[in-house]
Amino acid sequence: MAKDTIKVALIGNPNTGKTSVFNQLTGLHQQVGNYPGITVEKKIGICKLNETNKATIIDLPGTYSLNASSIDENVVIELLMNKKDENFPDVVVVVSEVENLKRNLLLFTQIKDLEIPTVLVINMSDRMKLKGIELDIPMLEQQLQTKIALVSSRKNIGIEKIKELILNYESLSTHPCLNASSIDPEYFDKLRKAFPNQLVYKLWLVITQDVNFLNLDRNEMKSSFTKSHADLKRLQQKETIKRYQFINETLKLSQKVDQSKASDVRAKLDRVLTHKIFGYLIFFVVLFAIFQSIFDWSSIPMDFIDSSFANLGSYAKMHLPAGEFTNLISEGIIPGIGGILIFIPQIAFLFLFISVLEESGYMSRVVFLMDKIMRRYGLSGKSIVPLISGTACAIPAIMGARNIENWKERLITILVTPFITCSARLPVYAILIALIIPQKRIFGFLSLQGLTLMVLYLLGFGVALFSAYILNKILKISSKSYFVVEMPSYKIPLLKNVAINILEKTKAFVFGAGKIILAISIILWFLGSHGPKSTFGNAEKIISQKTEINAVNRDNLVSEYKLEHSYIGIIGKSIEPAIKPLGYDWKIGIAVVSSFAAREVFVGTLATIYSVGSHSDQEKTIKDQMKNEVREDGSKTFNFATGVSLLLFYAFAMQCVSTLAIVKKETNSWKWPIIQLFFMTGFAYLTALIAYQFLK
Amino acid sequence: MQITVGELKIGQKGIIVDFNIDNIPLKLLEMGCLPGNTIELIQTAPFGCPLYFNVNDSHVAIRLETAKEITVVIENKN
Repeated sequence: MAKDTIKVALIGNPNTGKTSVFNQLTGLHQQVGNYPGITVEKKIGICKLNETNKATIIDLPGTYSLNASSIDENVVIELLMNKKDENFPDVVVVVSEVENLKRNLLLFTQIKDLEIPTVLVINMSDRMKLKGIELDIPMLEQQLQTKIALVSSRKNIGIEKIKELILNYESLSTHPCLNASSIDPEYFDKLRKAFPNQLVYKLWLVITQDVNFLNLDRNEMKSSFTKSHADLKRLQQKETIKRYQFINETLKLSQKVDQSKASDVRAKLDRVLTHKIFGYLIFFVVLFAIFQSIFDWSSIPMDFIDSSFANLGSYAKMHLPAGEFTNLISEGIIPGIGGILIFIPQIAFLFLFISVLEESGYMSRVVFLMDKIMRRYGLSGKSIVPLISGTACAIPAIMGARNIENWKERLITILVTPFITCSARLPVYAILIALIIPQKRIFGFLSLQGLTLMVLYLLGFGVALFSAYILNKILKISSKSYFVVEMPSYKIPLLKNVAINILEKTKAFVFGAGKIILAISIILWFLGSHGPKSTFGNAEKIISQKTEINAVNRDNLVSEYKLEHSYIGIIGKSIEPAIKPLGYDWKIGIAVVSSFAAREVFVGTLATIYSVGSHSDQEKTIKDQMKNEVREDGSKTFNFATGVSLLLFYAFAMQCVSTLAIVKKETNSWKWPIIQLFFMTGFAYLTALIAYQFLK
Repeated sequence: MQITVGELKIGQKGIIVDFNIDNIPLKLLEMGCLPGNTIELIQTAPFGCPLYFNVNDSHVAIRLETAKEITVVIENKN
């Protein structure tokens, strides 16, 4: 009988539905973290195998082989090589799919060579009939020396079979399927003699890869088993050919394909979606529809969240005993939490669209269409994925640039991605647009506000391309330009996958960025409601001495005076000279400065400052409060010129500590994030200055 | 007749004869782009690059400069 908890590693090529299998096995019992020291996402889930046994399943990054070309892929071999790793699997489940079985089996044969018990899952079995594919499973099991589960993760078929195979993993054969060392027997014999206790295939991986394991002295190995890079690659080619020979023979015995049935939806769709003209038109329409709907659909839940928190704040103020603690709750914490939750609708919608684009296979077509155009700007077609997912958040987007093979293209992508309008800018845009752009429709259906938002997105994209163009001219890096993109077959996205993805990303945002926002709200509240004794402490007296006016007006003036002489007011006033030319008063200045921790703090900051500054108990939404703000001369604070200036500043400035941190990690140097910070922010200041001076 | 994969026309097939391994990424080999396998050009992007192939039942897009490194033999049509 097996152990109570079996450790399972899920491995497979990209686009095999590995994640769907993972989701089917574990449901919502998933935990997402990071591998120590690197930013590769680590997903672990729990699967109940039967009444007494569980499995912890680790979903490893998708890879085409054990020859890693990125840190994501490195994670896979590092785990499989290191028996001492706490996640080292008792059994590996390799996920393949019926249509690409031949290619998927390459990875399978490599893993078999590591002599770990291995189960083969053949996914998407529901497509077999359509594609005219027949499989002789017992034959295949015999040839590959494994057990096979024929699965359709889409239709939830065969999942029980996987569980059963995991449960009985001890009966699996650990023999390799083929003898890979026959590609150069002399060389491998020498290896075997030098390290008799190690698997020769492991040694081979150590020699060809840039990974550290086995506690072997790499230098020692290198010196006695040196081969030139070209020689090694030639051997790797021989190895690949050898593996394919075995796979072809195996499939000849066990697979039948009726070519006439290969009805080609793919070809038909490709003809349209990658068409020289229609391809681009469709892409543009898709983007346009996404941005219109994000703005239109999320405004309702956002308004709801906004007003609910305004109500909650004033409710707390009225019903809790008056005092410092109540103020902290009603003026610091509640607006702070509101400022986090208000983003959820937009973030959810954005991730909905992005995961649909990726799951359906459409994203690869866009990569294909855009490569040549992007290369003019020193980018790769693959940069389109970071640039589009940058509309959600620059952090995963910058990590997503890893699969760009060429270092220069990758670096430029990393550097310009933060110009893309991320979801943290969205609430800032949303609220400013609502204040300065009338709620009208052109031609009866295009909302003017939505259109403005679209312009801002295009602006971010345009500046990203422009900076890429400049960087491409300045940067003197030459690296080989490799570009290989798999074009997966089209699939209807699985609701469950999309839903889990949205849930995960939203959760990560609420708890990650949320902590910063909440902390800043509380600090701001404190700084805004406390101040030096001589001025802040005597506010009532000072105001009463100054003027003789009725009580209501007096209260207003007292709150105003207090805010101005609080710590935050003092800080704000001291930076005012620098931001006045941009059309901002000191309150906006505080919001802008605190946004350097994270942009999304802007709205929450203003909410906190205004609610501290107002004496009334009346509930007010953030939007109303901003609308009612006036300058000293009585004109509206958020007029058109200031609004445009703020929009431009937020469009271009580098206001995100987390992004800077990730850029440092991915480029392994402080140089690039520092350049980003100063270049982007300087550019933002300049454009905002010009815009305000021109429009005021 | 031998030509490079970069010269194939849309819908045309060839059998891979040889390539300069130093200029071909390993990943492409792993996708099945190996001597003896059939390769078919499915589509080219505007301006002739990248090119979208079916090789050994894998669907991949590569750039023209990589495609030019791969020699194929095609049947003469005359």
